[in-house]
Amino acid sequence: MDVTSADPGPGTPVGRRVFLGLVGFGAAAVALGGPVSRGLSRVQGSLAAHDRTGLSALIPGGGWRYYTVTGSFPSRSADAYRLRIGGLVRTPTTLDLPGLAAQPRTEIVRDFQCVTGWRVPKVRWSGVRLSALLDAAGVLPNATAVEFRSFDGVYTESLTLEQARRSDVLVVDTLEGKPIPREHGGPVRMLVAPMYGYKSTKWLSEIRLVPKLRPGYWEQYGYAQNGWVGRSNGRSDVPT
Amino acid sequence: MSPPDRLERFTPVERFAHRSTAALALVLLGTGLVLYLPSLSLLVGRRPLLEAVHVVAGLLLPLPVLLALATPSFRADLGALNRFSPADWAWLRRRDRRTSGLLVGKFNAGQKLAAAAFGAGGVVLLGTGLMLLLPTQLRLPDGLRQGATVVHDSATLALLALLVGHARLAYLHPEARRAMRTGSMDVDYARREHGDWATGP
Repeated sequence: MDVTSADPGPGTPVGRRVFLGLVGFGAAAVALGGPVSRGLSRVQGSLAAHDRTGLSALIPGGGWRYYTVTGSFPSRSADAYRLRIGGLVRTPTTLDLPGLAAQPRTEIVRDFQCVTGWRVPKVRWSGVRLSALLDAAGVLPNATAVEFRSFDGVYTESLTLEQARRSDVLVVDTLEGKPIPREHGGPVRMLVAPMYGYKSTKWLSEIRLVPKLRPGYWEQYGYAQNGWVGRSNGRSDVPT
Repeated sequence: MSPPDRLERFTPVERFAHRSTAALALVLLGTGLVLYLPSLSLLVGRRPLLEAVHVVAGLLLPLPVLLALATPSFRADLGALNRFSPADWAWLRRRDRRTSGLLVGKFNAGQKLAAAAFGAGGVVLLGTGLMLLLPTQLRLPDGLRQGATVVHDSATLALLALLVGHARLAYLHPEARRAMRTGSMDVDYARREHGDWATGP
């Protein structure tokens, strides 16, 4: 048989229709991305709540996505963990995990919104208000901003002193009632609840009071310094 | 030339296109799953390397098919995959499809639908992949970026299911698998499964 002259023959072009139909369906789903993604988020969120296997992570659209600016997820054991509070303070302090856990604690439940679009509804964190740690260390009058450093060795963030003193800016060590897992920035991370996720430094190792605000890691790539959810980065999300 | 008891089924270019597309798809799936699943990410790390491999494999993905498109035999096969004959509809409907003596052409209806779905899946994944690769250069609004993310993930899972089925059928039909590996198919098998093609002009 001579394949080169194979006659497509009679019949309906079903293959083409299926092909174009599926491509069109994909394109429509891209265009409807927001609603589609939010729907899947809800499904995934409710499944993940009862999931012990971690398989619900396979469902697209839902829940957390994990980012790191270094090659892998940094790791520090609970025993080895230390948080330094230094710079322009009267008494530079180093806290280990029990020392941090012994501070007056506070809990917060907020949506977590990423600047790339995903949002996790009603996330429950607990930890210590940053303002309480700042007061305990004694902020010197010439300090105007706070810098955050990560033990990944690369990531930095910063807030004005006024932002840092808000009651919804926390140093957190639990997520949904459990120690914060490594991929979520554990054992200790920041939670700047009213701002996009990049403002909440993961794998927090140092808090420094400084005389002048300096932009953090993502701000040097164009993200907004004042990363309020819904009022920055050209986005219109519902504030968290 | 194949011996008299074997029928020429796929050209070397077609077999090369199949094999290199399969290899790229496996690389994309492996790197993609590691980047996507937190438990695997924690095990493997090396995200920048995995990202680079994923992106390069993705950009190469359409090349084997585009190369094969330059050959008349591949274009003829695409034509055959496109058209549904009355026998194809009957093949889809009937439970005794493999024993009822239906005169199926070079490809059965399942192969035709799978080809269309693989093609569409590839286009959707490549398109959304490019959107995720260059969101700022393409000036994508947030909604589209979010849509591209969720569609890229969902299409991957759909295509993964299709690939598992594809591999299962290849395993169940060694002669069909041999045809893709060697280029030729046993005449008796061809008469049974692709009667209209085996006895064709």
